Amino acid sequence: MAVTRATKYKVPFSLWHFLLAPTALVFVIPLVWMILTSFMPDTDINRFPPRFWPSTFSVGGYSGLWTDSHIVLWFRNTLIVSTAGVLGHLALCSLAGYGFARLKFYGRNMGFFLMVGTIMVPTQLLMIPTFILFSKFGAINTMAAPIIPWLTSAFGVFMMRQFFLSLPRDLEDAGRLDGCSQFGVFWHIILPLAKPALATLAIFTLLGTWNDLIWPLISISDEKLYTLQLGLANFQGTRRTQWQLLMAGNVVATLPLLVAFLAAQKQFVATMTFSGMKG
Amino acid sequence: MAITFSTGDLAQATKTSRQGKEARPTLRSTLTGWAFCGPATLVILGLSVFPAGWAFVLSLQKNDLITPSVNVGFSNYQTLAQDPDMFAAAWHTLFYALMYVPTSVLGGLLLAIALNRPIRFQWFYRTCIFVPFVASAAATGILANFVFDEKFGAANNLLRLLHLPQQGFLTDTHQAMMVIVIISLWGSIGFCVLTYLAALQDISQDIVDAALVDGANKWQVFRHVTLPELGPVTVFTTVWQMIAAIQLFDLVFTTTKGQPLNSTVTLVFYLYRMAFMEFKAGYASAIAYVIFAITMVLTLFMVWYGKKTKVEAF
Repeated sequence: MAVTRATKYKVPFSLWHFLLAPTALVFVIPLVWMILTSFMPDTDINRFPPRFWPSTFSVGGYSGLWTDSHIVLWFRNTLIVSTAGVLGHLALCSLAGYGFARLKFYGRNMGFFLMVGTIMVPTQLLMIPTFILFSKFGAINTMAAPIIPWLTSAFGVFMMRQFFLSLPRDLEDAGRLDGCSQFGVFWHIILPLAKPALATLAIFTLLGTWNDLIWPLISISDEKLYTLQLGLANFQGTRRTQWQLLMAGNVVATLPLLVAFLAAQKQFVATMTFSGMKG
Repeated sequence: MAITFSTGDLAQATKTSRQGKEARPTLRSTLTGWAFCGPATLVILGLSVFPAGWAFVLSLQKNDLITPSVNVGFSNYQTLAQDPDMFAAAWHTLFYALMYVPTSVLGGLLLAIALNRPIRFQWFYRTCIFVPFVASAAATGILANFVFDEKFGAANNLLRLLHLPQQGFLTDTHQAMMVIVIISLWGSIGFCVLTYLAALQDISQDIVDAALVDGANKWQVFRHVTLPELGPVTVFTTVWQMIAAIQLFDLVFTTTKGQPLNSTVTLVFYLYRMAFMEFKAGYASAIAYVIFAITMVLTLFMVWYGKKTKVEAF
């Protein structure tokens, strides 16, 4: 099965390894090298040929980040934006997803139609009006600016609705007979069943908020309010070739998601299938 | 758990599903319904539909984000149609799409077929190929600047080892966009691999077995059974990647910032520059509407195709 039929003689392993092994290395080596470089003294980096493995492990990059940038604040800001985004998504998308899937009310079809239609609207179209809107409300240069666009999304509502539609109706009817309110049914019966969908939604939002560049870029100019991504992107402009420093920043920004990915690969991969847009 | 969407659902989404005994919504059920759906709907409409409409109004204005705006009718669009920088940006975006979309789709297909084999280290290969997906555009951009650095970068060092001439990469007007294509592939091909993997696993083993019993060889099975089954998912992935390609911005911003000599200015980067660096918000909104129109055509095509083939994707 694993060996192509063209090979008459038996190869002890699948020929696909010849494709997969080099490809896998090309994908993973830059990340490994990023981590190693963050521990390299500059003399290891700026030489011919550069080292792959550091001659000594130096934490100069990290201490440099600590003293020369607001990395701790940036990390905190990203944490705030991501937490708010994930919580907002979990609450609003599951409520609305359930409502649109199961409840019966005037304006439901119209509301859902409008909402799903916005999936087609690219972020680029919204940048300028949102910027003006934020300026009018004094939200520019506040943490609200990068958070608000991530409070909920049509995609999240749509996803949750699809999930709730797939649940059998009998469960809720049983709950209702027991005298539960509509919210009681949702909270005690439906939500516990929705854990896998909620996990996917949370990861989707975590990836989006953690890595978001566009909203902080247009709405934050105060260095102390930068998120990690914006901080790094701008830090790069002033520290062009200080690779140890920049790679240390990259590690700080990437490692949390990297660890989360390795710990919950299955859930992350499930998220990837419907969040193809990146960068 | 893999969650897939049928684009047919997008179209059917508004059709009322069967609602049991209760015939019409009551005041009470309407209040309950909006209590559930109101907050999300309000946020989404307020941050999407309203700004999208406003962007169109803006595109008919001369607006520098500070002084009061002036209505100028469709003159922004007229200027746009004669703006050489706009054509250059459109060409760069098209070039990027022509390079990125086919390679990501075909590469994704090839890797998916390979990863679908029950071979050793399969989990390791999958992890390696999917892991760049979590790297942000900023991190990816900085990493790329490092790898493709003219003097100390790994790419030029490799060429030196092989006794090949040194390259300018991101500093060379003829190469910069190509390098960005390569970086994008590194970061996003996992998506294509995954959609194909899902599609491959959906192909019924019975058809394959039947073909094998009929005397087809492996290649014939692939050519006449597997490949036709992958047709619809290929269309979806291609359109999806095209939409992503048209919206390329983050990576350009974190690598070249449109340089050298504006050779990597894409449509969205041009929009950003016009709006937030040259403060021509009206003109930039017109560019945004052009991008919106292209995205819309592609999306509607996808919805139409989804309805036609009734194939589950996204």
